[in-house]
Amino acid sequence: MTLSSFVVRNAFRNKRRSVLTVLSISFSLLLLTLMMTIWHTFYIDQGAPNSATRLMTRHRVSLTFFLPGYYREKIRSLPGVVAVAPMTWFGGRYKDDKPENFFAQFATDPEEYLKVASDKMVPADQVEAWQRDRAGAMVDTELAKKYGWKIGDKITLQGTIFPVNPELTIRAMYTIDPPNRALYFHAKYLEEAVAFFKGQAGFFFTRTNSAQDVSQVSQAVDDMFHNSPQPTKTESEKAFQLGFIAMLGNVKAFILSICAAVVFAILLVSANTMAMSIRSRTREVAVLKTLGFTRSSVLSLFVGEAVALSVAGGVLGVMVAAGLIHLIGKSASTLGVPGGLRVTLSTMVVAVMVAALVGLVSGCLPAYNASRINIVEGLRHIG
Amino acid sequence: MAIPISYNIRNLRLRKGLTIMTALGIALTVTTAIFLMALLAGLQRAFVSSGDAMNVLVLRKGSEAELSGGFDASLLPTLKNLPGIAKDAHGEPTVSGEWVVVIVLPRKDGTGEVNVTVRGMMPDGLELRPRVKLVEGRWFMPGQREVVVSDSIHRRFSQANIGDTMQFGKGPWKVVGVFDAGGSAYESEIWGDVNQMASDFDRQGGFSSAYLRATDPVAADALKHRVSDDQRLKLEGILEPDYYAKQTRSGTPIKIIGWVVAIIMAIGSSFAAMNTMYAAVAYRSREIATLRVIGFSRPSILTSFVFESVLLSLLGAAVGILLMLPFNGMTTGTSNAVTFSEVVFSLRMTWAVVGTAIVFAIIMGLFGGMAPAWHASRQSILSALRD
Repeated sequence: MTLSSFVVRNAFRNKRRSVLTVLSISFSLLLLTLMMTIWHTFYIDQGAPNSATRLMTRHRVSLTFFLPGYYREKIRSLPGVVAVAPMTWFGGRYKDDKPENFFAQFATDPEEYLKVASDKMVPADQVEAWQRDRAGAMVDTELAKKYGWKIGDKITLQGTIFPVNPELTIRAMYTIDPPNRALYFHAKYLEEAVAFFKGQAGFFFTRTNSAQDVSQVSQAVDDMFHNSPQPTKTESEKAFQLGFIAMLGNVKAFILSICAAVVFAILLVSANTMAMSIRSRTREVAVLKTLGFTRSSVLSLFVGEAVALSVAGGVLGVMVAAGLIHLIGKSASTLGVPGGLRVTLSTMVVAVMVAALVGLVSGCLPAYNASRINIVEGLRHIG
Repeated sequence: MAIPISYNIRNLRLRKGLTIMTALGIALTVTTAIFLMALLAGLQRAFVSSGDAMNVLVLRKGSEAELSGGFDASLLPTLKNLPGIAKDAHGEPTVSGEWVVVIVLPRKDGTGEVNVTVRGMMPDGLELRPRVKLVEGRWFMPGQREVVVSDSIHRRFSQANIGDTMQFGKGPWKVVGVFDAGGSAYESEIWGDVNQMASDFDRQGGFSSAYLRATDPVAADALKHRVSDDQRLKLEGILEPDYYAKQTRSGTPIKIIGWVVAIIMAIGSSFAAMNTMYAAVAYRSREIATLRVIGFSRPSILTSFVFESVLLSLLGAAVGILLMLPFNGMTTGTSNAVTFSEVVFSLRMTWAVVGTAIVFAIIMGLFGGMAPAWHASRQSILSALRD
């Protein structure tokens, strides 16, 4: 019998206890993996390679102020800029004002928008149809599925920011991974319907030649409008989206404190189990020592057992988390999470390693106590 | 006959290490739950306490928030002449046309920029909000580039002390006072003169909203309908409390995340409690058999063990509540889903929050204790005694 099989057999000797411990640890690890994935998506992931070449330019003071439409040509004239599209958040209502019927709506320029957002896949004939129809709209395929829209269907949006209720015809449907459930329509339509919006845009969406150009172009844009009545703030697409998340509050501290609580909880559970199982095996330890097992090998036996249990819980938790995130990941982008959620291999490895480490730490004290058991007293122990 | 409670308490005390560790695990879960509930309670209060039932907020028809409103200034005299409006100190109707804009301010601690609401108001705007108190300095003067800031903005942002100048719009604004809004949504605002603000943001000749103060709550309701039903105005009247009640949905993301986290942690620690209770039953199988021989019935043994588990989790709840006490009253901010600007609120451990946490712990204890207790009451007396 090898040392490792001895450890595994011992770990699952009291099946109920082991199963409960593994389950308890796996729930904690599930939470830890979720939190780490959110952290990874927000702060580490750079987004799609496409997104890394894009910039957002908004009014320096606030997103709620418009920028003059002529800024677009000025931005376009900068070296490194490939395409610039004006974007305006319409924020209208569809059907009623229930939150589940809310989706993002933007007014833009169809001619250039798809050159910037080149990761949206649209059939060429649909693009052409949308560009030709001034009252046409392009929608996300997932969104269309939700409402059962087909090409050629007419829908009406109710303006809340703008005093207009656009009547739009669906001309194109795009797919993007992950889906963003948005609707795009002609800015010209909005400019004609709303007098105060004429010649304006909410923000500009710019694509540069390469990711290296991003910082230099954004600096150039902000410098260009620095002393104008409408100064701008330009940032990468990712930073722009993160701005919305940052507004939710101190998200970093929130995630970190939950992670800390979870890790501490696993530590407690695991240490508890080891203390219980070692206590009921006092006599066995004495027997092992009588047979000639050294203190260090007894120590490693028990620590190994703790690690085995934690890792089993860790693997289970990570797997469940991966499944869950896969399920919710698709709907996450509607909550404003950039790029959707994905569990990366590194996140999974780190989570299991955390579990193993916690098992190691938690097993140390009880195992150390066990290794110091006096043989004679241990053999006499009842329990 | 029931087994005395002291039996359970002594048992918990006997195996101190195990009890403390399990209780700590439960305490962590309870702490997390309380933290999230206190956050929501604070947010709720920020919105609920904001509205004054005598105030009617007027917006353009179809717009949902002051920020997305906007109507012509020429409508204001019509509003002023509506019946049911209280008289101000000068004997005029208490009406304030206001401009609301959102600006970006850097946080004092350097953790990024935050959207803050700036409100331009007429002198009556202050009379309309009697619950807002000046704590330092003085109110802004009409026609001057002066602002008063809320207490929480004063504390959280740089350049928000009396005598400082803030840069927004077309130039500097002098901070002349600090007000206390008593935890309402105004707690996150900067106030100044409406005409100065409108010219700074090129919005002269219009208002984003208007506030009318009715003589009493009944008149307010009538006034609301009068505004909404007037075909010439194309405006909508809303009672101020109703307007803010709608904004509480800003807390929805926190609510969803909070409950998911709390429930996952609770399931995890229930399993841990179950483990502890199974061990307790296993150690005491001979004791349990003896109790049965003496004449205690199966139900009373079942109740006793379930009770012990609940006691354990209550201990955890108590520790959790104590752990959270220092955080009570801590201020934080989140984004308002309607205005896109920051709402400042504080963690509030209300009795309801503490009560819910205790119930939460009891449920964990019941869930963890039921199966082991059932197992204990079903043990065969003879084999247990022979062990």
